[in-house]
Amino acid sequence: MKRSFITACGAAALLALASHSALAQAADPTAAANAYVNAPKPWQLWFPEAGSPMQQQIDWLMQYVLWIMTAVVVFVGVLMGYTMWRYRAAKNPVPGTVTHNTLIEVIWITVPTLLLFVIIFPSINLIWFEGDDSNPAMTVTVTAHQWYWEYSYNDVQGGLDYTSYMVPDDKIDPSKGEIRRLSVDHPLVLPVGEKVKFIITSADVLHGFYLPSLGVQKYAIPGTTVTSWTTIIKAGTYYGQCNQICGLNHDAMPIEIKAVPAADFQAWVKQAQANYTLNTVTPAPALQFADAAAN
Amino acid sequence: MSVTAHDHDHAHDAHEHGHAKPGFVRRWFMSTNHKDIGTLYITFAFVGACVGGMLSEIMRTQLAVPHNVLIANGTQWNDIITAHGLIMIFWFVMPALIGGFGNWMVPMMIGAPDMAFPRLNNMSFWFLVMGFVFVMLGMTIGSGTGAGWTIYPPLDNAQYSPGVATDFSLFSLHLAGISSLLGAINFIATILNMRAPGMTMHKMPLFCWAILVTAFLLLLAIPVLAGAVTMLIMDRNFGTSFFEPAGGGDPVLFQHLFWFFGHPEVYIMILPAFGIVSHVVSTFSKKPIFGYFGMAYAMVIIGFVGFVVWAHHMFVSGISDDSRVYFEVATLVIAVPTGIKVFSWIATMWGGSIEFKTPMLWAVGFIFLFVIGGATGVILANAGLDQELHNDYFLIAHFHYVLSMGATFAVFAGFYYWIGKMSGHQYPEFWGKVHFWTFFIGVNLTFFPQHFLGLAGMPRRYPDYADAFAGWNMVSSIGSWISGLSTMVFFYVLFRVFTSKQTLADNYWGEGATTLEWAVPSPAPHHTFEDVPVIR
Repeated sequence: MKRSFITACGAAALLALASHSALAQAADPTAAANAYVNAPKPWQLWFPEAGSPMQQQIDWLMQYVLWIMTAVVVFVGVLMGYTMWRYRAAKNPVPGTVTHNTLIEVIWITVPTLLLFVIIFPSINLIWFEGDDSNPAMTVTVTAHQWYWEYSYNDVQGGLDYTSYMVPDDKIDPSKGEIRRLSVDHPLVLPVGEKVKFIITSADVLHGFYLPSLGVQKYAIPGTTVTSWTTIIKAGTYYGQCNQICGLNHDAMPIEIKAVPAADFQAWVKQAQANYTLNTVTPAPALQFADAAAN
Repeated sequence: MSVTAHDHDHAHDAHEHGHAKPGFVRRWFMSTNHKDIGTLYITFAFVGACVGGMLSEIMRTQLAVPHNVLIANGTQWNDIITAHGLIMIFWFVMPALIGGFGNWMVPMMIGAPDMAFPRLNNMSFWFLVMGFVFVMLGMTIGSGTGAGWTIYPPLDNAQYSPGVATDFSLFSLHLAGISSLLGAINFIATILNMRAPGMTMHKMPLFCWAILVTAFLLLLAIPVLAGAVTMLIMDRNFGTSFFEPAGGGDPVLFQHLFWFFGHPEVYIMILPAFGIVSHVVSTFSKKPIFGYFGMAYAMVIIGFVGFVVWAHHMFVSGISDDSRVYFEVATLVIAVPTGIKVFSWIATMWGGSIEFKTPMLWAVGFIFLFVIGGATGVILANAGLDQELHNDYFLIAHFHYVLSMGATFAVFAGFYYWIGKMSGHQYPEFWGKVHFWTFFIGVNLTFFPQHFLGLAGMPRRYPDYADAFAGWNMVSSIGSWISGLSTMVFFYVLFRVFTSKQTLADNYWGEGATTLEWAVPSPAPHHTFEDVPVIR
């Protein structure tokens, strides 16, 4: 499965190369990701637009549970409000004496229990869905560092490993679509529509690999790997941030993902292998073995 | 439940002939009196709340606009958030609810002359004071302690947090832990052994039940924290590697140990609040509490189940899918006994003759806001949803709804309810209500918009954020400034209480207040129940 995808990508890339001029080869292969930017919006009230099936399911379950809980809060609020109004001292000067009612007590134990069952079943399905990282088309090892990310493509021929730093506030260029505190120098580039497995670890302290629009969040833990996965639905730029306190630049190690069609991805790999050699960080050998075992 | 005392002598002055009145130093620094120690605890919690509250005002002011420069750097920011969390939990909520109201009210409510171990009681308090000194040193010395209140390694190990500051913060947890542990032993011994004749467990006021369950939670949870903190200190200073991957240790082990303490800790903070709210609701509805057995045993069940749900704080720490399922389901179960409590409070009000004095406003506010915090808690308990919401502002909003509003509202409910009994002077009703409404608006404005920030994906513990988050952050900061001003109103209330010349009746709340503390004068005399009261 993995191998066939890589071969297909290779074939597509060859076709693309054959049918394009040398000029096209020099163009930015991640350009397709610029058409759609999934970034936080001012006064946003809800989740970002779902960029993956996982986030679609999270969004659905969140609405499902939130409506139930809103109904509970409104019910309790209205009941309290009515009680407070109906039994205020001015209206009801003589207090009642009822302190027991077995029926009502049984009801307020059983109804919430039933409500929990209504929540639990779809919720457990989501857990299995989120945990199913089997049969990925490719895997990326994500290594967190103080304070940058390192991405290692385990399945591309010739290997590819590079680091990703936040663009500092004073270097931000809005005309290039850069967003302060979210844009990075070298984004993580992924193929659209393919299942990508993340093998997440850390080189120093705990970090959090958090991609809200894709529904992915796992701690990056030194000495062990945690896995997650995503399938990005449409080409575009997606953002995430470190979400576990990791020292003084905790807020300065965002994640930027460029999702591009498979052919563009393959072209980008070639380009990146040529250009990113300078900031390659060699991962510790132990880590490579851990990855092999995890696969 | 109806409890009345008889056969006991109000002429307390006659009993004091045997003792010389203690001097200031002897009374406040070597106290063995549960009321004086309770007063010390409450005063100290007030100091803790002011310090922790000031830290939150600094944080919210920094976050009011993006790219703010109020805080010099991330290190300073991390020191502040760490200290804010630790102080608010260990030096505000716990001393106020357990050491403060617990010490003051539990012996009186069960008809005991004092706590079982008066000198241990004093020791508990002074350990806590030393802990506070340590946590302040931990915040200010060198580069401070910046690992967050959850102090996860490896960030707080010797490599990433060099310097003595982190050791101070870790030892402050030991001191606070010893303090709580000794206090818990004292409460358990007192409640199990020193109830007046006729005060059976099933006649005992709900606040005493709450403190009893809380004390057992402390007794079981604190040693686990102490073990984890000791291992951290060993890793930092003696070359062990309990949590060091390089030496075969595991950082996730610390998370398990921490939350095995940390989750019961949540109930340690909220169960006494439940107790206070039960009394206030019953008093101002002029009705006995509805479903007393359900109320008492709901707390016991919450305490028990609270021990087997800890890894819901670790849904994204790489625990297995099976674990995620178990911890989700176990966590959701807690909603049922919590529901019993909420519905029983409403049923207590139902048919009552409700007076909306200030303590009742805080209690009703508590119930409603706690229900909102509980609802978001049910959402977060879903492991699948927590993968999106973990550690973002939705979580911050959730736990501040149950703590900053839940526990704090209960502290204020208890304060306004009992201040007359404790000081002998009543609070000014008008200013108490002003305090309630301004605080209510302030905290809701602070924390409700944080739900939106979390849904939009803003992570916690960030001193600077993407510009798109600016709008709701500004609203939230305005809310925190309103709460800050509201606290000034509270200072004025305190001023009025302590300059008041008014005297109070024994039971100034009237027929609704039925527990034993209302059978003694206001202020409660130094020694109560020297003649054992008999409960009908």
